[in-house]
Amino acid sequence: MKIAELRAEHQLISEWITDGARVLDLGCGDGGFLAALNKEKSVTGYGIEIDPENIVKCIQKGVNVIQANLDEGLSEFEESSFDFVVMTQTIQALRSPHSVIKEILRIGKQGIVTFPNVGHWRCRLQFMLGKMPITRQLPDSWHETPNIHICSIKDFEELCNTLNITISERAILDAQHRPFKIIELMPNLFGEIAIYRTCLAT
Amino acid sequence: MHRKYIDNDVGIVKTSKQFFKGTLKLDCGVTLENYEICYETYGNLNNSRDNAVLVCHALTGDQHAAGKYMETDKKAGWWDNMIGPGKPIDTNKFFVVCPNNLGGCGGSTGPLSINPETSRPYGPDFPIVTVRDWVESQESLARELGIEKWAIVMGGSLGGMQVLQWTIDYPNQVRHAIVIAAAPRLSTQNIAFNEIARQAIRSDPEFHGGHFYEKNVVPERGLKVARMIGHLTYLSDDILHTKFGRDLRKGKIDFGFDVEFEIESYLRHQGESFVGRFDANTYLLMTKTLDYFDPAASYGGDLTKALGKCNSHFLVVSFSSDWRFSPSRSKEIVRALLENDLDVNYCQIESELGHDSFLLPIPQYHRIIGAYAEQVNTSK
Repeated sequence: MKIAELRAEHQLISEWITDGARVLDLGCGDGGFLAALNKEKSVTGYGIEIDPENIVKCIQKGVNVIQANLDEGLSEFEESSFDFVVMTQTIQALRSPHSVIKEILRIGKQGIVTFPNVGHWRCRLQFMLGKMPITRQLPDSWHETPNIHICSIKDFEELCNTLNITISERAILDAQHRPFKIIELMPNLFGEIAIYRTCLAT
Repeated sequence: MHRKYIDNDVGIVKTSKQFFKGTLKLDCGVTLENYEICYETYGNLNNSRDNAVLVCHALTGDQHAAGKYMETDKKAGWWDNMIGPGKPIDTNKFFVVCPNNLGGCGGSTGPLSINPETSRPYGPDFPIVTVRDWVESQESLARELGIEKWAIVMGGSLGGMQVLQWTIDYPNQVRHAIVIAAAPRLSTQNIAFNEIARQAIRSDPEFHGGHFYEKNVVPERGLKVARMIGHLTYLSDDILHTKFGRDLRKGKIDFGFDVEFEIESYLRHQGESFVGRFDANTYLLMTKTLDYFDPAASYGGDLTKALGKCNSHFLVVSFSSDWRFSPSRSKEIVRALLENDLDVNYCQIESELGHDSFLLPIPQYHRIIGAYAEQVNTSK
């Protein structure tokens, strides 16, 4: 698969990733993103994945994959051993998101994190009706969802502030997964997916 | 009648023997002269000689990894489910070589061979070999077979340790390394189990200090107990419970010491069938080989440094219920490989079958090995 064929957030992230960079992809799925980065940007690195089916798919693509549970830590990786550590659509399913974010910026010079924004008006509307939100980004009902730590753009930025993390760049995607200027005005209300490039504050 | 067997398996195989006229200086200081290695091959070596796979056997394995010697053989080779046409290690693509290690009892020079100095079998006098010695002898075999570089070197347990040693000693002769259910060195508990097994053999009155061949006896009881202990540690508590539970052979307790529980019967059977096929001196020797393996030792205990010159792509596999070589031991290897920025894949296979999982056709395990081997480039 080419970068141009990847989902919108991956296309956007690949613009941030420099040629020849060393990348760690946390929750790398079928390895498609890393495979495309390797082909078109000579990126090297590893994917971390927990799902057995996805691990087979990574190996089939020749993507280096390490089977691991992110919640058990990433102690096998050395400090600053990657240019970028990427984690897309995973933070909300972690038992301890803040620990993992700290780990990301321990082993990566930069961390790229994406998540479904629960501040989006569709979610807010459902909260107003007294229900847990079910949307395209958060499709499961409350009792079977793996997403145990959903957060909004505001929440995430507050956490970054607390953890002394600098946000170098932010992109917000709307329902069509396109970065539109208008949502820059009220990102927490109109953004469906939030994408952050972060590093440790110096 | 045997259609399925012929379609999907390597078929009828035979053991070859390679004689080495030179000398092999062993780690223990002894020089072995004129040694022999028995091995089997499956599939064909291609013209570019870039499709060769070395399979390293574990403690009680031998060169008979796949196929049968005769149609009527009850059992095929020990890794027959892994190696064959269309199997994870596809013999339509690869040329597979499986040698019997020095000190073994599959026909390679070992305790059963004649010691040229005494004209009697070596028995207990056969020098204790190390994993490094094995790799040296396997490398000599590779040269004889015209294989400059292995496409894959693979093995489970003690076999996986040989794979690791290969990537350290001959980093440019191994393109891909598959290390299964292994450890960078044995734990104290592992050495302890080995010592119990050795003591069982050595304290058998029929052992005669290892010179039992000439007395025409076998230290059967000792070897049986050794195998019972070993085998038990290769299984998980869960699978023992599922398979045998507390079931009684006669349905009631007898207040005696004959076989009562099913597990007792199973273990005795395992012990008995082992006695017929394995040599006590080889068992003693190979458990020592296991105990001694520690490639990090010459690097101040730093495994990362030990693997510093490695140049292979790695696949490391562990099994969830393996407590003899647990996933955390495989992760030690993975961590050291990662610290060296090497290409590495790691999978932990869910299995309740314990250490023995590496010999069994667990679907996810075979998918992983198959997918990995398929990625390995070979010329047509």
